[in-house]
Amino acid sequence: MLGDGPIVKLALAFGALSLVSVGGAPAMMPEIHRLAVVVNSWHTNAEFARDMALAQSAPGPNFMMISLVGWRVAGFPGLMAATLAAIIPSSIIAFIVGRLYTRFSQKEWFNVARSALPPIVLGLIVASGVVTAGAAVSGAIGFGIVIMSAAIVALTSRNPLVAIGAGALIGLIAGRLGFL
Amino acid sequence: MKNERDSSKSLDGRPITLGELFMGFAQMGLYGFGGVATIARHIIVEKRRWMSEYEYASVLGMGQILPGGNIINMTIILGDRFQGPLGSIVALSGLMIMPTIILLALTTIYDAFAANPDVRAATVGAGAAAAGLIIGLGLKMGRNLKLRPIHLAFALATFICMAVLRLPFIGVVLVMTPLCIAATFWSRRNAG
Repeated sequence: MLGDGPIVKLALAFGALSLVSVGGAPAMMPEIHRLAVVVNSWHTNAEFARDMALAQSAPGPNFMMISLVGWRVAGFPGLMAATLAAIIPSSIIAFIVGRLYTRFSQKEWFNVARSALPPIVLGLIVASGVVTAGAAVSGAIGFGIVIMSAAIVALTSRNPLVAIGAGALIGLIAGRLGFL
Repeated sequence: MKNERDSSKSLDGRPITLGELFMGFAQMGLYGFGGVATIARHIIVEKRRWMSEYEYASVLGMGQILPGGNIINMTIILGDRFQGPLGSIVALSGLMIMPTIILLALTTIYDAFAANPDVRAATVGAGAAAAGLIIGLGLKMGRNLKLRPIHLAFALATFICMAVLRLPFIGVVLVMTPLCIAATFWSRRNAG
């Protein structure tokens, strides 16, 4: 299990990502894609899109895409390695900062950082969606579904499962009609 | 804000036990579709009254500026505040265990039918929708933020670095974040 096996690769890759991943899982998607598809060839583009849909269809933190990548690569040990590696480093920082919070919250730099981060996160998240769509989606129907799903989330407060379900249904119909 | 309030207890002054932490976070995990942020506020502030709206916003704000999953960070900080380090572990387990089991069950069921052409076509559609969800989440966030021009410029620059120039994630974050903090600091100084 040690050496340069997949478990070690998973742990190192997600452990490093954990320390710089502002914006949480939605912003991390291109980096997860790069690790899983481009660098390590754990997934094809189509498999990556499939797993993203599965992760979004289950309840729970968006973060679970990372657990699923680990599961696909090395079963239960892979799942544990990827999940814990992605959680532990950032959680230690959160734990320490949480304890120091009362000291930080009055400081001007803390409030400046708090108002300066959302624009970066916003840029990262929209780019994340565009990059993953570009990598994992093809054809006019695919991109039509991307736009529909983005509109459902941006303009309504419906459960995102509605968008996934609608996407699946359109895919099914398009497949039956021979468009996919 | 009352300063005397003991923030390690609920708004009613009740201690929040390990059991309640586990159950509360398990609820958030199970009801959180497309991310946990919305349902977390509802459960923590309204339903279980663990903390006030203001306290919740500041803990979540802290979770957002730290690296890692925003909700994961918030879970760690709340668990520790109510029950110490063990509280963090219990809260995080509550949040993750059931959703992980559901995800693996879903994956296993899916894999059993993956060869079916209808399932395959539906998956292509669902995968496209999943990418769209992320774009929609960003757009919704942008609409709610009401950014000032300088911040809008940074959002756009970050987007271009990632989506057009395809620069590495880690580099973009490590360069853009300090620049944006410096610009915010500078614009505050000039405004004040």
